[in-house]
Amino acid sequence: MTQTAGATADDVRFVAKADYLKTLTALRIEGFEMCADLTAVDFLTHPGRPLTAEVASRITLERFELVVNLLSLSQRRRVRLRVQISESDTSIDSAFDLYPGTEAMEREVYDMFGITFNGHPDLTRILMPEDWIGFPLRKDYSQGNIPVQFKGAAS
Amino acid sequence: MIKNASEIASAGTSEGGQELQLRADMSAKAVLRESGAVLRMSESQVASLADTRSEDQTMIINMGPQHPSTHGVLRLMLELKGETVLRCKPVIGYLHTGMEKTGESLTYMQGGTNVTRMDYASPLNNELVFSMATEKLLGIDGDIPERAVWIRMMLSELNRISSHLLFMATNGMDIGAVSMMLYGFREREEVLRFFQKVTGLRMNHNFIRPGGVAADLPAGWRDDVLGLLDALPERLAEYEILMTGQPIWRERLQGVGVITRDEAIALSATGPILRSTGLAWDLRRDLPYLHYDEVEFDVIVGSYGDAFDRYSIRLNEIRESMRIVRQILDRMPQGDYRIQDKKVTPPPRGRIDESMEALIHHFKIFTEGFKVPEGEAYVAIESPRGEIGCYIASDGSSTPYRMHVRAPSFVNIQSMPLMMHGGLIADAVAVISSVDPVLGEVDR
Repeated sequence: MTQTAGATADDVRFVAKADYLKTLTALRIEGFEMCADLTAVDFLTHPGRPLTAEVASRITLERFELVVNLLSLSQRRRVRLRVQISESDTSIDSAFDLYPGTEAMEREVYDMFGITFNGHPDLTRILMPEDWIGFPLRKDYSQGNIPVQFKGAAS
Repeated sequence: MIKNASEIASAGTSEGGQELQLRADMSAKAVLRESGAVLRMSESQVASLADTRSEDQTMIINMGPQHPSTHGVLRLMLELKGETVLRCKPVIGYLHTGMEKTGESLTYMQGGTNVTRMDYASPLNNELVFSMATEKLLGIDGDIPERAVWIRMMLSELNRISSHLLFMATNGMDIGAVSMMLYGFREREEVLRFFQKVTGLRMNHNFIRPGGVAADLPAGWRDDVLGLLDALPERLAEYEILMTGQPIWRERLQGVGVITRDEAIALSATGPILRSTGLAWDLRRDLPYLHYDEVEFDVIVGSYGDAFDRYSIRLNEIRESMRIVRQILDRMPQGDYRIQDKKVTPPPRGRIDESMEALIHHFKIFTEGFKVPEGEAYVAIESPRGEIGCYIASDGSSTPYRMHVRAPSFVNIQSMPLMMHGGLIADAVAVISSVDPVLGEVDR
């Protein structure tokens, strides 16, 4: 009585930042036609993550992690890529040319985490106002610390 | 109070030239210009000015965020040539309230109240995907009691019916069949009345929770569901007469907002948009969750990828959902409605009066919540709008370290510019409507 077909462990792969596009290209050829989801996690306050020995030997954990869920419609399976992005260099190649559907998702990650995507056609804020300062989903951006301004109110 | 120009400049607002100036502060020339340069022109003057406009000029207009047919607060920047849409850029974020950030400070027990408000037209599917992701992290996703799983399936399907009925209503209204709006809302209300009986609320139920559902089904639920299933087919047949066969309806929708299969896949579109292109992709059948592999239903597909196909798919998906609900009625087992794992489920009310430990346990679950092992999980299910996914990264505490919802509307909106390209601006309304976005979910 499994509740999910994916009750077996997910197919999760750690990918080095330099190999990100190469891996995506290979997976696309392998039959992963759709990029279902692209998001990020800021591991500032929780740097350690459980890793297998094989992964730990070749991947250094960084502050940000890009999480990409690919979906193969033909083979009915999913794969999840986890890419480490360091605090000092928050840029990564854009997947737009391979998966145009990542356009809005990459903009959202940029908006919320400040991760920039090289080669993205329109890397602007998508949910927050254009002149917003800071990246809300980062862990050092605390909740509710923004003074609310009312235009034209008596001060 | 209206300020003068210098004050406005120093106030630093972004409005700039849009601010109204006091008449007294304006020069005579400016006043003359304002009080109707066009009106004071003779017709021959106007004609001579019209000649200076070139035929191939385009203009950019904003549709929304307050436009009635944008389903909330969606703003479209449209580049128009005459009435033809050349380019379109959806501008979103007007409803952004940081629900993913909020989710990081709510326990797994409270999280349901947060996610249920994202897609307010299908709240139970949101709760379901959040609960399933939590259960996967807890490692109890195989231990959910049978009755809870079937209750979840029934509510999920009824929610699909209510959501598609809402689409029927709004789609009808957008295209101009205003009476359809009343009929769609009328039928949806019947379903919501059942939800209210089961969950206590019409919307934002927080009924499906990690470990099962919040309560057992109320007495007489079977008759209520049967009443719904008996009443709906007749109403759907009325919709067919009112809309499907009607020439005006067909003219407005057929061949409008066409998208091909490859385009839909490339743009990550899911749900009725993907199925309208002829690709039978439904997570309930292709990557089954709950007990969808044990019930019989058809995946409805279109063949032209246009707005009419998407309308027909949703109409027939209501029928398929009813078919599933009938099978669920036959198979609904007896038993627990939530898992008996003491870690996740609070002790029953009766025990609290007898046992100090039960009282403490109850208190701790509702104040601190339960701890979830470190790890990450992504679970996706088929919501009425497409694939809704929930990604949770846990650091071992009782609140998610990161909670992300893959909202189908947010992704599907990307296909709008493609569908609108080359169409008329009147068809843009039909395209927005056929994508059926819920802006609460787009902006989260």
